[in-house]
Amino acid sequence: MSTNITTQKVNFKVFRFNADEDYLPYYEDYTMEVTSEEVVLDILNRIKWDHDGSFSYRRSCRHGICGACAIKVNGRSTLACKESMNTMLEWFGNELIIEPLSKKRAVKDMIIDKTDFWDKHEEIHPYLISDVEEHPEHEHLVTPEEAEELNEADLCIQCGACHYACPVVEANDEFFGPAAFAKAYRFEADVRDDAHTSRLKLLGEENKGVWDCVKCYECAEVCPKDVNPIDKITKLHQMLFKENVVQSNVATRHAVGFKHSIAKRGVLDEGGLVLYSEGTKIVKHVPVAFKMFKKGKITMPWNIPTSDNMDEIKKLIASSSTVKDRF
Amino acid sequence: MEKLKYALFTGCTAKQSTPEQMMSTMAVAKKLGIELIELTEASCCGASHLQDYDDFLSVVLNARNIAYAEQKGLTMVTICNTCQLNSAMTKHRLDNDPELKARVNEKLAEVGLEYKGTSEIVHFLYAIIDDFGLDKIKEMVVKPLSEFNIAPFYGCHNIRPSELHKKDNPYNPTSLDDLIIACGGESVDYEEKNKCCGFHVELQAPKTAATLSGNAIAGATDNNADMMVTPCPLCHLKLDTQAEHAGEAVGREFDMPVLHMQQMVGLALGCSPEELGLQHHVVDVNFTK
Repeated sequence: MSTNITTQKVNFKVFRFNADEDYLPYYEDYTMEVTSEEVVLDILNRIKWDHDGSFSYRRSCRHGICGACAIKVNGRSTLACKESMNTMLEWFGNELIIEPLSKKRAVKDMIIDKTDFWDKHEEIHPYLISDVEEHPEHEHLVTPEEAEELNEADLCIQCGACHYACPVVEANDEFFGPAAFAKAYRFEADVRDDAHTSRLKLLGEENKGVWDCVKCYECAEVCPKDVNPIDKITKLHQMLFKENVVQSNVATRHAVGFKHSIAKRGVLDEGGLVLYSEGTKIVKHVPVAFKMFKKGKITMPWNIPTSDNMDEIKKLIASSSTVKDRF
Repeated sequence: MEKLKYALFTGCTAKQSTPEQMMSTMAVAKKLGIELIELTEASCCGASHLQDYDDFLSVVLNARNIAYAEQKGLTMVTICNTCQLNSAMTKHRLDNDPELKARVNEKLAEVGLEYKGTSEIVHFLYAIIDDFGLDKIKEMVVKPLSEFNIAPFYGCHNIRPSELHKKDNPYNPTSLDDLIIACGGESVDYEEKNKCCGFHVELQAPKTAATLSGNAIAGATDNNADMMVTPCPLCHLKLDTQAEHAGEAVGREFDMPVLHMQQMVGLALGCSPEELGLQHHVVDVNFTK
């Protein structure tokens, strides 16, 4: 192990707010000598212990398992006790901005009101629902292969890093968010769970469910436990189709429409795809389509290109499809 | 230096709703002396939507595209972030999962193809920065964009997930900023430069999509950008053709020209606005007149 501990001067711009006293939040500057072996939580401690005893943040285990100390450094969600200062300095230089996970939910400094996070968790029934005999004669065995399916999702510590990094959570109050989806997947993938189909239906609902994910990969990037929530969201998308729980709506028709469009030309027929997805509601796109048409951005059906060797594409679609065609 | 040669995976929009992206790619390649052999056999990458429906089929179709680049013995170049993500994701999975690779190759064998894993997949942005060289681009600039503050908009699928995209730090990307500076412009720093434009929920959640693109254009506007620039045609569609909706969603009126990365480079290298397809934008690009 290297014993080279380097020290450098770092300026911290720290979000301060007390909902009981302050009308608006403000930022306080602290300049400190930081050693490369420290973690972000050490800095929070030093601000409180050496500079201002009223500075508030949540912390408990200090070992990346309780999920209490998630905050944002330079806009990126992170678990303070796990994030090394070395990485932060390497990524962002020696001007660091320390903020709570969600500024609009701030109660005091780093402490936020996580009510929406817990409410959404509760709504997806994050527990095993199973009719268990009162006096079972043997254990309900789960094979290692079956356990493997849910292991990664089971690592979630509910720190909220992904939830408050998700742009859809910020834009749409109804959206369940990546943490709730990953937790839901953990039980959807559990062979002992009896609520499977009803929970899956809920997860597929418009506006709040998985179809509103923008696929930005922020959740996967910030998760301190490598839960990879977007991977679980994708698996829920696929599960909805595979188990035929899926409802026909603009998002699900859009997914299916890609297959039809590729089967026809290899390359997408953009207009045809929107028509397939929207149906008669395509009329709402007319104003934008007209603007695009005027600028030569709409290709007429007879000018849409077709991939070479279409016979191969058709043959592969016939031989490699694994989901029965829906709508 | 030996002439650079790539297999070009154009993606679908370059041939339809963003013709200017195809025009400017070819114009810039010509100026830089890069040879692009179009993969005319390639099909759509599935854009993450086919992946939601039928994962295995999407892997097979993307593997077929890559197999054609391999046949030509060339690195595959993409000009769309989402094409880059889905192609690179397929390659990553096939190269790390021999069982999946065998299953996919069994299907490809039916049409006389094989995925070997011999071609790299790289976005044109990194091809010109890393392979051609930023310094050489800088030397070739004849019309420096020195009057302009230019806001880079990176687009998610070229920077996240970071395990697939090692070239930029997703939380502090610099490639596009560096390219702006090499073209003589001033790069604008703003909070939304590495955020999502909302394109992939355009149909099912238009309000979410418009809010995200609205926040991005507002961020660029409020930091005195004269224009935005992006390497992704899908981001471009959101920020340019849907700018009015974006403005409505965040209570603003925008007039922000958005350039494809290739158009910005093309202008600096002395290509004409027409050659770069600037006439195909919904938000007029007036500053070249």
